[in-house]
Amino acid sequence: MDFEDSPEEAAFRKEVRAWLDANARKLTGKREIDPEDMENGAANEMAASKAWQKTKAKAGYARITWPKGMGGMGGTPMQSIIFGQEESKYDVAGGGPFAIGLGMCIPTLMAYGDEEAKKRYVWPAVQGDEIWCQLFSEPAGGSDVANLRTKAEKNADGTWTINGSKIWTTGAQFSDYGIILTRTDPNVPKHKGLTMFYINMKQPGVDIRPIKQASGGSGFNEIFFTDIKVPDNQRLGAVGQGWTVALTTLMHERLAVGGGQGGGLDVPQLMQLARTLELEDGPAIKNAAVREKIADWYVRSAGLRYTTMRTMTALSRGQQPGPEASIAKIVVASKLQDLSAFAMDLEGEAGILSGSEAPMGGMFQGGWLSSPGLRIAGGTDEILRNIIAERVLGLPGDIRVDKDVPFNKIPTGR
Amino acid sequence: MNFDFNDDQKMLKDQARKFLSEKCTTKTVRGVFEGNHHYDQALWKQVAEMGWMGTAIPEEFGGLGLGYLELCVIAEEMGRALAPVPFSSTVYLFAEAVLIAGTEEQKKKYLPKVAAGEIIGTFARAEAPGAVLPKTIRTTFKNGKLNGKKIAVVDGPIADVAVVLAQTGEGERGLQLCIVDLKGAGVKRTDCITLDASRGHSDIEFKDVSAEPLGKAGEGWADMQRILDRAAILMAFEQVGGADVCLAMAKDYALNRYAFGRPIASFQAIKHKLADMYVGNELARSNAYYGAWALHTGAHELPLAAAAARVSATQAFDYASKENIQTHGGIGFTWQMDCHFYYKRAKETGLVLGPQRAWKQKLVTELEHSNA
Ligand SMILES: Cc1cc2nc3c(=O)[nH]c(=O)nc-3n(C[C@H](O)[C@H](O)[C@H](O)COP(=O)(O)OP(=O)(O)OC[C@H]3O[C@@H](n4cnc5c(N)ncnc54)[C@H](O)[C@@H]3O)c2cc1C
Repeated sequence: MDFEDSPEEAAFRKEVRAWLDANARKLTGKREIDPEDMENGAANEMAASKAWQKTKAKAGYARITWPKGMGGMGGTPMQSIIFGQEESKYDVAGGGPFAIGLGMCIPTLMAYGDEEAKKRYVWPAVQGDEIWCQLFSEPAGGSDVANLRTKAEKNADGTWTINGSKIWTTGAQFSDYGIILTRTDPNVPKHKGLTMFYINMKQPGVDIRPIKQASGGSGFNEIFFTDIKVPDNQRLGAVGQGWTVALTTLMHERLAVGGGQGGGLDVPQLMQLARTLELEDGPAIKNAAVREKIADWYVRSAGLRYTTMRTMTALSRGQQPGPEASIAKIVVASKLQDLSAFAMDLEGEAGILSGSEAPMGGMFQGGWLSSPGLRIAGGTDEILRNIIAERVLGLPGDIRVDKDVPFNKIPTGR
Repeated sequence: MNFDFNDDQKMLKDQARKFLSEKCTTKTVRGVFEGNHHYDQALWKQVAEMGWMGTAIPEEFGGLGLGYLELCVIAEEMGRALAPVPFSSTVYLFAEAVLIAGTEEQKKKYLPKVAAGEIIGTFARAEAPGAVLPKTIRTTFKNGKLNGKKIAVVDGPIADVAVVLAQTGEGERGLQLCIVDLKGAGVKRTDCITLDASRGHSDIEFKDVSAEPLGKAGEGWADMQRILDRAAILMAFEQVGGADVCLAMAKDYALNRYAFGRPIASFQAIKHKLADMYVGNELARSNAYYGAWALHTGAHELPLAAAAARVSATQAFDYASKENIQTHGGIGFTWQMDCHFYYKRAKETGLVLGPQRAWKQKLVTELEHSNA
């Protein structure tokens, strides 16, 4: 048992460090936590993000595990982790704007698109020249995304016409393309009548309206589609096979929306705050109740950190990561919410301030505001518990009253 | 990255599981609970024959000289089996105390006997309910004689020898550990009634009992912390083992118990409870692994790793054992079902090396040091 690199891993790390030294500047202090970034996925540094993405792509580091000629270097997941570890020590822009496209959309395109599509779209996405979004959720369903209503109808000339609307689409306002799940047959049970396409977000009939979030920013959007035309070669998978295709995307989503989230706000920041505050009975850091809370959150963070090491070990041995990989988001999202709320309570009446007025630049207020979204996006806490219960522990699936009912006969609520 | 046990260690673990699943079923545990012995003597003998007590004791002192990673995998299996034997007190506490603070002579005197299963050892520190602090230690060790009283000493009724925390002068600077023969004159043991009857406890009174110093005067408190840190990591493996059994029991029962025409495992309230158990158990396991690494390498992070492993494992075992009863419904609350054994062992393991509250304070103290 050790944390050492294997000789191959060490060699790769050395190579990565040399490359980073030549292409980026080392971070001096700690990375600043910017509450704005937490909610926009760092979209406000778009130009810098694009430039850094391009530099990485040219060297093959942007998608290390993807094949050569597809924007990658045919590397291992372990190499990809090593690159991430080293990259985090440098003052470079985040890859937030590309996370959905490269994490979910392009892998789906690679699995179901034709050769021509791969040739056309993969490289510009890897380079950060083109941004993709995921058009799944609708007003009628996010957890139950197969309940969607956006309609795709086949025209006489073989093309498709799409009408309907999507909601909560992160980054749509600056996206070039999107993968969209549509209903092509309302007369069969909901999972069977779906078809996946990719579309141009800049084409006529696509109306993108940013939604103001509870947190004030506008990371996500509502989108209306009015008679948009889509050629048949933009279909991913067979007609009616959309659910299977979507599962590929969602599988990648679970890997992408992992433990890295939460903006880095954790126990060290809480301790930093506690050192500066006086409570009724002395310094906050000396208060037993405060210390117990710090310990509670520390064991969860440390537990996740070492769980990641176990996952990396499996990867390093060429094994599939175990089910332990699925616990990260549940732990991180709730911890962010609870820890931030506790920090604000320590701040007392000043806890209500936000932004630069607030203690420590408002990072806890920022974490507290963004955490409800983190508990919902990419599978709610409840859906993730279902997934652990069913896929990891092997418990029965929920009873589905709509399973064999044609879509257009399923009862709807408000 | 190689943050896992190796194949040999996994094989040892499989062997231990196989052995214990034959020799130590919950019937064995029930036997001790319901009988009037404080441990299962036959099982203890068989464990000794396997050489497990000497897993981490160097060969020169009669042990197997394997190491702490090996001891961790055995600890997990002992925890799974709720083994009603004085393994933790003899191995994690007594033997570790001798290894850490003992002279060459003391090592030669005691360790081979521990390894051979010839003596049972324990560690006595608390004297009253509440926190154990330098000022609460009234037992004195002066001119080679021990006087005072220790309470709720685990395996006290059956131990041959004990390491005792005692006062030679005043305050923390006066504290020292000593080793005492519990069969000697002047030792009076009174059995305690405890929640976990599969582990004997007693109050022990000393009146002018001859004892030998273990480590230096004035270093007793620091020595004890080091011993407790190491024991906490090993105990965390026992707790993780127990917690995993609770999850497996709850899952098995939920899949086979029907209510409202369907398995209760299909109700989300049950599914989510079990998912939470899983998350808690995995976090605890990962923290315990880090502790194992620290124990194995003697890393300077050991005190922090120990506190995190201890808190995480105590929380996981508490949660899994109580929600296992809840998942079973009425039958889970019966003496006849095994659920309560885990509920009680979770408390016993969670208190014996000091409560969660104290370990949390210590954890943050370690964090403060590491950030300084
Ligand atoms: C910040 C943010 C970014 C997002 N980005 C995108 C994006 O880029 N693309 C995209 O397609 N979507 C995106 N989403 C949408 C997200 O996937 C959905 O909001 C989410 O899946 C929940 O769906 P819903 O909003 O319809 O809520 P509902 O599904 O209606 O859920 C409401 C409540 O009911 C619970 N619930 C629902 N079904 C069950 C069940 N079976 N068992 C137990 N409880 C259940 C939920 O857990 C929740 O508490 C984003 C959401 C957020 C908050």
